[in-house]
Amino acid sequence: MSAPTSTITAVTPEGPEVPSNPGVPAKRRRLRFIANPKAATGLVVLAFFCLIAIIGPWIAPYDPSARSSDLIQPPSGKHWFGTTHLGQDIFSQVLVGTRGVMFVGLLAGLVATALSILIGVSAGFLGGAADDGLSALSNVFLVIPALPLIIIVASTIPSAGDLMVALVIGFTSWAWGARVLRAQTLSLRRRDYVEAARATGESTWRLITFEIMPNLTAIIASGFVGTVIFAVMSEITLAFIGISTISDWNWGTILFWAQSQQALAQGAWWWFVPAGLAIAVLGTALSLINFGIDEFVSPRLRSSGHTKVKTKDGHSVRMRVGFTPVLSSSREPVTPVVRRRAEEEVA
Amino acid sequence: MKFLLQRLAFYVFTAWAALTINFFIPRLIPGDPVTSLINKFQGQMSTEAINSLYVLFGLDKNASLWSQYVDYWGQVFHGDLGLSFTFFPTPVADILKQSLPWTIALVGITTFASFMIGTSLGVVAGWRRGSIMDGLLPVTTFLSSIPYFWLGLLAITLLAGPDSFFPSSGGYEPGLVPGWTGSFIGSAIQHSLLPALTILISSVSGWILTMRNMMVTVASEDYITVAHAKGLSERRVMVSYAARNALLPNVSGFALSLGFIVGGTLLVEIVFSYPGIGYNLFQAVGAKDYPLMQGVFLVITLSVLVANLLADVAYLLLDPRTRKEG
Repeated sequence: MSAPTSTITAVTPEGPEVPSNPGVPAKRRRLRFIANPKAATGLVVLAFFCLIAIIGPWIAPYDPSARSSDLIQPPSGKHWFGTTHLGQDIFSQVLVGTRGVMFVGLLAGLVATALSILIGVSAGFLGGAADDGLSALSNVFLVIPALPLIIIVASTIPSAGDLMVALVIGFTSWAWGARVLRAQTLSLRRRDYVEAARATGESTWRLITFEIMPNLTAIIASGFVGTVIFAVMSEITLAFIGISTISDWNWGTILFWAQSQQALAQGAWWWFVPAGLAIAVLGTALSLINFGIDEFVSPRLRSSGHTKVKTKDGHSVRMRVGFTPVLSSSREPVTPVVRRRAEEEVA
Repeated sequence: MKFLLQRLAFYVFTAWAALTINFFIPRLIPGDPVTSLINKFQGQMSTEAINSLYVLFGLDKNASLWSQYVDYWGQVFHGDLGLSFTFFPTPVADILKQSLPWTIALVGITTFASFMIGTSLGVVAGWRRGSIMDGLLPVTTFLSSIPYFWLGLLAITLLAGPDSFFPSSGGYEPGLVPGWTGSFIGSAIQHSLLPALTILISSVSGWILTMRNMMVTVASEDYITVAHAKGLSERRVMVSYAARNALLPNVSGFALSLGFIVGGTLLVEIVFSYPGIGYNLFQAVGAKDYPLMQGVFLVITLSVLVANLLADVAYLLLDPRTRKEG
């Protein structure tokens, strides 16, 4: 789970990999991001969790805190995910807990993204002393281990509710995004179209928002998704080690009780498996969205698809690293000669 | 040399920033939880110990902020981090001295191993893009999305138990006395296997992914084509031409994500009750032991800075361009 889930280094748009039929309307291109199977899967799963976050408390069959006489029961028709040591229904706890997780994740992501745009883009665009100062600031935040810092700040605050936790996480995890944005802004700000806009007398503010920012969209989006992953993990960790208020249900709280009541020693696997799986699935979904963004921006990273191509003269060529498969729709198959020779040599 | 000095200056600056953050956190929070703790132990603490806590947590309202700051620095430089309340009356510095080697050994070895394994898998996955190796990506993504501690819990349930080879908690057999004896080291290794495996599984995929993507990017460079054209063997092009250049960003990424990995390791220690810094932090949080918490934060931050410096030296050795300037 190391920091960058995205490895975007440049957003120079490259030509579409798939042959664009002349007849296909331009509208389909806009949907290309969603057409990416990774991104699509991720988005669907994310939407599912968002839905649960909204309706979870209403569809939960029991009150998550209500005790009953079914103590530590394995999953059954009555309690889908089993019960806790107090007879609480774990399925309801997971459903109700989703809201807290999504709220903190998205809010922290928003705060951190806003900060990273503010600091990263201004550092990159302004340059000079402002750049030095702001980059030093973000490097400091990058190097200081975030989790211990979050733990200490959150545990010093008297009542760490969801809002507080989200803010603490947001204010400590913007540095990576700022760094990437700064690098990209640096490379954009001397491009011709920016110079042209500058020459026509546009204000700095307008240059940043209308010339630079649109070209940073992919990086901002992937930074946002990455921060949400980190925020969800941090929040669950805080709840798991018992820092945030235990009265609010979230997946970490469930794990906290499972751990403190020795669920493992009692063989109560159903107590911690659903919450953990939920975290893992949400995390995977977000990572998939990020892969989708990466591949959208840099088609070379795409893994799936036609790596084996039959050329017209009956040869079969495996497209390899170092060149983006471009399947021409024309009759003549495009096959670089040098590569093919190398291919045969290996075979 | 210039590069190294620049980095050194940066780390000194970061250390200063971390210490200053540490100074301000307790002062910004309304109310002072430490006073109540001090009152609780009133009779048992020496005036000196109370004084040092006053300095660390800014309880002395008469002193100006600046003089508090100067006092704080003086104290930190003497290694005086106050008394721990959880392990009263042991000084925080002593507790940390005891647990730091455990954490460093665990994190150091596993991080290095996962970097090595992940990077080599990434090289192959990137070079053979579109082969079965790409199937590895979703699997590792899923594994890396699992929180460290949950994987630890799962590992304990599945693999550890009273009859199992893997102990479920602790750093060594309870009966043994820590020392450089064979039985102690054997027991320590046996206890570290499961936590190490947990960290390895969750952290390796990050390296695979970044390395794969770097390989894909590097492989389209002209010098790779030239190497192919020269008729060099596939293996040589992959290792000496592509991988060597793709490695550089990964090494600097390694330095940057260290703080992140350390954070994850703290959790693994908590789950396995491993006698390291992370477990200290857990105990401190449970008991609201602020001096110990602050001490843990300081020690972790400083260790990460040192590790970063080492990574920079490695970068220096790997990338001749940075060496040339000096």
